Parts: sequence; C-alpha cells; structure tokens
Amino acid sequence: MRVLYFAWVKQHVGVAEEEVAPPPEVRDVAGLIDWLAGRSPGHAAAFANRKTIRAAVNQDFAGPDHPVTAGDEIAFFPPVTGG
Amino acid sequence: MTPRIAIQEAPFDLAEETARLTEGRSDIGGLASFVGLCRADDGLAAMVLEHYPGMTERAITRIAEEAAGRWPLFGITVIHRVGRLPPGAPIVLVLTASAHRAAALESCAFLIDWLKTGAPFWKREELADGESRWVEAKAADDAAAARWTAA
Repeated sequence: MRVLYFAWVKQHVGVAEEEVAPPPEVRDVAGLIDWLAGRSPGHAAAFANRKTIRAAVNQDFAGPDHPVTAGDEIAFFPPVTGG
Repeated sequence: MTPRIAIQEAPFDLAEETARLTEGRSDIGGLASFVGLCRADDGLAAMVLEHYPGMTERAITRIAEEAAGRWPLFGITVIHRVGRLPPGAPIVLVLTASAHRAAALESCAFLIDWLKTGAPFWKREELADGESRWVEAKAADDAAAARWTAA
C-alpha cells in the first residue's frame, strides 16, 4: 500500500510517500499507525500524539477504525488549516 | 451547474472570475464573494500552503455539491492558492451566484466555513527571524462549520 504524509507529519517521517507492506494483522488505520510508528525514530515522532493525526483512505477522511488493505492509498496529516 | 474549482499557485482576478460566472446570463440577481487574504500577524514574512493533490479537489467538489443541494445556485467558483504567499496576498476566493441575495450570501459563508475545516490544506508561517511554524487548527473554525449542521 502507498502511504502519503503531509505538513509536519511529512517533516518528521522525512519522506512525502512510501510503499509499505504491513503484516496481515494490520487491518485498520489505528493498526497501521501502530505499525508505522515502529519503522524509524522519525515515524515514532510523527505518530507520538495520535490525537493530532488525521487520516484519509483512498482520498476520503477516515477514522481509526477504517479498514486498510493492500492497494489502498493512505494519507496521514495534521488537522487541516486552509481557507 | 458545474462548480469551477481550482488549486493554483498563481493569483486570481476577482473581476475576471465574476465575469466568467455571469457572462451571457440574466437570471442571476445576487452574486456573493469572499476573498481570504494573508494577514501579517506577529512578524510574518510569508505563508506557505501545502495541499493533497487529488483529495483536495475531491473534498472541495463534495462541499460545492452540498451547497448546490441546499441553495438554488446558478454558479459556484472556489479558487484556493498554494505555495509561498507574502502578507497581503489573496489566498482563497469563493463566489456564489443565485437569483436572490440570501442564497448567494448564505452559500458563500457555508463554503468558506467548510473549506477551513473540510479540505486538506496546511499553512506554515515563515517568520522574519527565519523561524517557521505550522498553523494549528482552531476550535472557532470547527464551531463555524458546525453551525451549518445544527438542527
């Protein structure tokens, strides 16, 4: 699956996107965050405070229980501040 | 009615966008516009706007479709700039056209309130001293958007 990062989440992780293949136990957004956080100190810093992280699955906002599967495009970012 | 939605680095021209929306029509009785500008708070040198190409356009299209379902609109334009913008620069334009003013004014307010909370954009402030900080989401913006869903 393709994972995208934006704003300070991207700064912490150090890349704008990456292709990942999490184990089958990773079934939802919350599980993916737990798994990603273990990948590097940068990932751990990005996901240190879960309350400040928002997610999208296939370009729709998604909550922590939203399922994730191989082939999905998942994005992580802070609360939006446009307008 | 197909909303005109654009995400761009270039400036927009309010007069040109107004003409584009009203050209050849005589049924529009009210056209409302909102222009958001880059305010120079606390020694701001520039505002840098980032978005999520694809999802941002999709999210704005959904918000525009919802506005079109709630108010009798003849036209909607939403242009949001990204990239590095100096203080005073226009950031966002919302135009709504209808037969009467209430629908135009209310839908314009609805669109900008939802843009602030429902479209993936992120602002980073570059300060005169070289420091940089991400703008935090405001509870007041959530409250402004929530008033449109109140019973």
